Amino acid sequence: MSRPRWFSVRQELTPKRSRFLGVLAFMLPLALWSLFSYIPWLWHPMVKVTAPGDVDWMRAGLLINRHDFDKEVATAQLAHTHAPVGFRANPIYFPAPHAVIRSLYTAFTTAPVLKGDLWLHQSLWMSIQTIFWGFTISSVVGIPLGILCGSFIAISRLTEPFVDFVRYMPAPAFGALMVAIFGIQLEPKIAIIVIGTFFQQVLVVANTVRKVDCALIEAAQTLGSKRRQLVLRVIVPASLPDLYNDTRILLGWAWTYLIVAEVVGVSSGISFFINQQAKYRNFDNVYAAIIIIGILGLTIDQILAFVGHRLFPWKNPRPSRIRAFLGKLFGLRPASAEKPVQLLPQ
Amino acid sequence: MSEPLPDYRDQSPAVAARFAKIKERPVVLEIDRLGRQFPGEHGPVVALHDISFKVHRREFVCVIGPSGCGKSTLIRIIAGLDEPTSGRMLVDGKETSGPCPERGMVFQGYTLFPWLTVKKNVMFGLKMQGMDGGQADREARQWIDLVGLTRFADTYPAQLSGGMKQRTAIARALAANPRVLLMDEPFGALDAQTRAQMQSHLLEIWRNVDVTILFITHDLDEAIFLADRILVLKAHPGEVQEVIEVPVPRPRNLSQLNSPEFLATRRRLEELIHPRVDAHAHEHLPIIRLTQVGDDVE
Ligand SMILES: Nc1ncnc2c1ncn2[C@@H]1O[C@H](COP(=O)(O)OP(=O)(O)O)[C@@H](O)[C@H]1O
Ligand SMILES: [Mg+2]
Repeated sequence: MSRPRWFSVRQELTPKRSRFLGVLAFMLPLALWSLFSYIPWLWHPMVKVTAPGDVDWMRAGLLINRHDFDKEVATAQLAHTHAPVGFRANPIYFPAPHAVIRSLYTAFTTAPVLKGDLWLHQSLWMSIQTIFWGFTISSVVGIPLGILCGSFIAISRLTEPFVDFVRYMPAPAFGALMVAIFGIQLEPKIAIIVIGTFFQQVLVVANTVRKVDCALIEAAQTLGSKRRQLVLRVIVPASLPDLYNDTRILLGWAWTYLIVAEVVGVSSGISFFINQQAKYRNFDNVYAAIIIIGILGLTIDQILAFVGHRLFPWKNPRPSRIRAFLGKLFGLRPASAEKPVQLLPQ
Repeated sequence: MSEPLPDYRDQSPAVAARFAKIKERPVVLEIDRLGRQFPGEHGPVVALHDISFKVHRREFVCVIGPSGCGKSTLIRIIAGLDEPTSGRMLVDGKETSGPCPERGMVFQGYTLFPWLTVKKNVMFGLKMQGMDGGQADREARQWIDLVGLTRFADTYPAQLSGGMKQRTAIARALAANPRVLLMDEPFGALDAQTRAQMQSHLLEIWRNVDVTILFITHDLDEAIFLADRILVLKAHPGEVQEVIEVPVPRPRNLSQLNSPEFLATRRRLEELIHPRVDAHAHEHLPIIRLTQVGDDVE
């Protein structure tokens, strides 16, 4: 047997290669970032002045355009004055990886610039509360309504046209209105997440529910199921794994609405932190905060995937990488080996 | 040349006595001038026209006919999953409509609930009828034993083979205690060997359970092997063409497949279902020779 090829259409990779590519997915962008950060002749369009020489408008530590710097150096050489000295640098909005990684820690330990402003962990906690309540309120109403829409055509006809209509209105457009109604605390922000999530959720859930095989419903009818039982004992359990995955995806959208919602009215939470840090030009903290959102989202998603595996043993939801990783760490059996799907003899 | 086949209507005394006995039993299912039309582009399409027949208690009736003759439509109407446009259906003499556990159904596509184990699938109908968990559990186990799946009671359907899935579906339908068990080409998706096993198995179950079976198939041998009577439908519109009393004695076994009664019945079914086979024999398909020179196999 020859070694399997890396690129063959729809063919599984070996687990080793699959893991390797997974790591590479993060290493490649990091490597690119490092190249442009640490190799001085790559890009580096600025110069950081270390000694101003005789140029009166320069100061040590100043970050200026390389073009301007070179002009001053040329002028100084012509006039036989002391030329300024500096090294090539990147713009301030492009911090090096090590600076951002350091900020992942220091962002939590630096006190807020203004008294009364929140620390990073307080901002994060505020964001998590906002998204939690927004998403929970949306789901508590949206999922049951979606299930009803998917089950009863009359309810679908009654609600879906309007839901579809509102869905096209961008949630941030409701910002000023929500502030007027709910004040300036978290409530208007929660309301915007609800508006952004709810209408999508109803439609997505209804569509998922409609995909339940009609034959299952008919089978249940011949076994004596009445309307209520058809919904609760057939439609709901049949669509639950897909609904669960829908919810995971919608939660991702809710994070997007979070950032939008937080800048409505009085800025709050992680967005406030980001804006504040950008204002003081602490861009490594800005990156750190954005990366923390990413890590938080990915972690929650992976936890949900892990739980999903447990919840639906009869079905394999999207496999969780964290689970595979934890499995390796603690010697758990991988998910796929838990219930080998095999045909048993007659 | 072997001796000529007997007439398919000739019955041995034992078989004749059995049919006499069946006819004395009460009628469980009566279909009375049933019709079904579907709206089509060029006016209504008649799927079923004026279908009438009676099924006696514990009788095994097969419905056979060419594809598209309305077999599925008929059984779906009897199951209550579709409405007839004319005619009536009576169960135990009472006119009924709509789905009801007294008419259980086994579908070709298994339709097991994938989120439930074999046992929970079998318990489904019992739970719907309001039976408490403990008793439903005990009854389900009996049915699972009966279909030979004792070891797989806690297995999910995805892990079962096709034959085992269909056995689960049979147990699930029977557990709901139906008067009539309706089966729409239940073994159609199985391989030949499994199919033969399932046929014997079904007869075995039917012998031990007080249930009347209406079984749809397009497989002639399957119909003869299983049925007391065979209802032959014809297409466009779907009508009862003939009702055949199968002269093959019971208990049935695979060695009867070559018995004169079996072959006689089979010949009759072939006449009814493929009457114009010769008309097509002279039609040549436009086959182009695509093989290389010199690789002749004939
Ligand atoms: N829901 C439907 N709408 C329109 N026509 C239908 C429908 N169901 C079945 N038919 C038509 O009725 C006829 C019988 O179909 P069916 O009962 O499925 O046949 P069989 O099961 O014998 O193959 C076919 O011609 C089919 O096109
Ligand atoms: Mg059919």
